[in-house]
Amino acid sequence: MRELMLGNKAIARGLFEAGVCFVSSYPGTPSTEITEEAAKFDEIYCEWAPNEKVAMESAFGASLAGRRAFCGQKHVGLNVAADPLFTMSYTGVNAGLVVVVADDAGMHSSQNEQDSRHYAIAAKVPMLEPSDSAEALEFTKLAYEISEMFDTPVIIKMCTRIAHSQSLVETHERIDVKKTYEKNIPKYVMMPGNAKKRHPIVEERTRNLIDYAEKTPLNREEIFSDKVGIITSSTCYQYVKEVFGDSVSVLKLGMVNPLPPELIKNFAAKVKKLFVVEELDDVIESFVKSLGIAVEGKNILPNIDEFSQNLIAKSFGKLVDSGKLTVDGNLADKLTNSLKTDNCELTTDIPPRPPVMCAGCPHRGLFYTLKKNKCTVLGDIGCYTLGAVPPLGAIEMTLCMGASIGATHGFNKMLGKESENKTVGVIGDSTFVHSGMTGLANVAYNQSNSTIIILDNSITGMTGHQQNPTTGFNIKGDPAGKINLEALVKAMGIERVKVVDPYNLKECDEVLKEELKAAEPSVIISRRPCALLKYVKHNPPLKVNSEKCIGCKSCMKIGCPAISMKDGKAVVDSTQCVGCNVCSQLCPKKAFE
Amino acid sequence: MKTKNIIIVGVGGQGSLLASKILGHLLLSQGYDVKVSEVHGMSQRGGSVITYVRFGDKVYSPVVDKGEADFIVSFEILETARWLDYLKPDGQIVTNTQQIDPMPVITGAAKYPENLVEKMKAKNFKVDAMNCLELAKKAGSQKAVNIVLLGRLSHYFDIPEEAWQKSLEANVPPKFLELNKKAFELGKIAEG
Ligand SMILES: Cc1ncc(C[n+]2csc(CCOP(=O)(O)OP(=O)(O)O)c2C)c(N)n1
Ligand code: SF4
Repeated sequence: MRELMLGNKAIARGLFEAGVCFVSSYPGTPSTEITEEAAKFDEIYCEWAPNEKVAMESAFGASLAGRRAFCGQKHVGLNVAADPLFTMSYTGVNAGLVVVVADDAGMHSSQNEQDSRHYAIAAKVPMLEPSDSAEALEFTKLAYEISEMFDTPVIIKMCTRIAHSQSLVETHERIDVKKTYEKNIPKYVMMPGNAKKRHPIVEERTRNLIDYAEKTPLNREEIFSDKVGIITSSTCYQYVKEVFGDSVSVLKLGMVNPLPPELIKNFAAKVKKLFVVEELDDVIESFVKSLGIAVEGKNILPNIDEFSQNLIAKSFGKLVDSGKLTVDGNLADKLTNSLKTDNCELTTDIPPRPPVMCAGCPHRGLFYTLKKNKCTVLGDIGCYTLGAVPPLGAIEMTLCMGASIGATHGFNKMLGKESENKTVGVIGDSTFVHSGMTGLANVAYNQSNSTIIILDNSITGMTGHQQNPTTGFNIKGDPAGKINLEALVKAMGIERVKVVDPYNLKECDEVLKEELKAAEPSVIISRRPCALLKYVKHNPPLKVNSEKCIGCKSCMKIGCPAISMKDGKAVVDSTQCVGCNVCSQLCPKKAFE
Repeated sequence: MKTKNIIIVGVGGQGSLLASKILGHLLLSQGYDVKVSEVHGMSQRGGSVITYVRFGDKVYSPVVDKGEADFIVSFEILETARWLDYLKPDGQIVTNTQQIDPMPVITGAAKYPENLVEKMKAKNFKVDAMNCLELAKKAGSQKAVNIVLLGRLSHYFDIPEEAWQKSLEANVPPKFLELNKKAFELGKIAEG
């Protein structure tokens, strides 16, 4: 059947068709929907793991057991899972093991824009890169064959534009693959004596994979011109075709590690001028140069941000314009015309619209309290990172998941009394279980006088509301194990544990002051479910009594998107307000009704 | 057929995902190659969002670039203005007139520009503007703004009404079908 399918859903469909039995992932944009969609197939066991490392190790165990397994994550997730990945390259697999890493060039939803291809090279594992949903599905199935044929984990690299765009796919039936587990200590126990014997096997495998890369239909030539040739992959292939159509020759790479030297040399020999079009780093370009072939790439294209058809047209347009590249008349006009774009004047005075916490978000009251108390807030990653934007502007540091606690510990150890009574680390429930627990173990063990606030909104909010080990439900929404945060924190050796309701500003303020004053580590759990959860019952929207409102803007300090000033009075947008009453606690005239 | 481009713009959380899903379904049913690029993640939290819908004989790029859009379908008037550079010289705008203040306006750091529809018309943009929120409420739910907009957009397409209805049926839960059909009709007959 032919249907329109999201790239991530196509990967999930590929998992189904490939007979995959086990999926363990941790959410992260733009990879999340793969696992959510896979969970809709009864034939596949799916779970959210506490973090990517656990997910990857669980998938490895399932492969060892003889069942095809999968683990998906965003680019930075692979940093967390890098440890098992590098050594899984040595052990190899039993049943096929495929890993998706989804890059986010342009940083639509990420804290950096690292290029994951470096991981495939460093870990010496093959990497495939689809350029639309149909390829996402087909490459996924092929990845399992490669995994079993070459005894290696295989990485599929996605990017935001492939993961989150829908295009046509053809679906097929599921196949059944089961292998038996056999004890094999030299292969699976990676201690020095065994690992020394596995490393040459890895190098031999890479040589075999290069032979495969030379011949596989994953890499294909589209020869249309002897003047210009472009080596490209993924979404860049689509932009190149959009701009050039069939007027230049293209070497489209579906397998980006290892790269095929002979194929590239042959292609280069067929064209007068060779280019590489790749987002982010110059991975393919450097390889081509290492073969002694003259090529252009990053000298005309950026190594930051994502590409688009206009960007490519302009970059080549400049070459044509300056006489450094000659192409046929029509194409030359198209390319140079792209250099003339006039912006519409109306778009110049448009205020930006950055993301904000939702109306009724439980994080808001807590950040208001932190700001009011002039706290130094070391932050973490989640919806609550939005506590850094005006008017709250409360967070002063965000690095990676879990870093809030480690950083608060180090900060307090160095500044002592100067910082202890005003510094807090803030971390979400999902992030705390992901990688905050070990940080807290350090606070408890090495005793820094730190105050840590766990923002427990009972969900993994930022990535679109996934369950996690603190919510009591699994990926299918069925009841599951539930971590008791208070008991866990106490068991680690933190004696002072308080729970507050972030909708209650007075309570937040009192408890915060008390815990900052205390001369020992403490944890405050700010607990109230995310306002977008279906089971949360909302109050009717509030209204401002304009007779009572004196226009003092006290209520504006919380930065709620539902409150604005019109003609000197506060007004509430009834389409957004959920009646959380945080604003009304700030009004000196009790104008909210 | 040469590829046609639609951008759907609005504020994260306003329901553009459903609109693009219905459009994708519809265009596929008409035999086109289709690509739809969505927004997930951070900007869905009240940020400015843009969804791309492209269709034709063969579609390569999943995104629409500046100067390429045949249509801007917009949920909010400030967002219409933000993405005007994406419109082709003769492109058509179908927009809701609703205003949602962005945070810089709420905090007083910026001003919400006034009379945007008039300013666009003065610059000779083809603007079809209406209060979709009112029409959606009339249909029974303020959430149906997306369907009101689609109803309006259907004017500009040579696609039989029946096909639109089928795509609605395939993508909205049966419980809300009547409401959405009404929203579609109200959008369709609205005075632009
Ligand atoms: C290593 C890593 N994995 C995944 C992500 C994607 N991500 C960003 S925030 C977040 C979770 C946020 O959940 P929580 O801590 O509960 O806070 P909330 O968004 O609910 O406020 C995730 C998974 C990431 N940034 N880094
Ligand atoms: S999704 Fe939930 S946690 Fe995230 S900003 Fe909205 S209300 Fe807050």
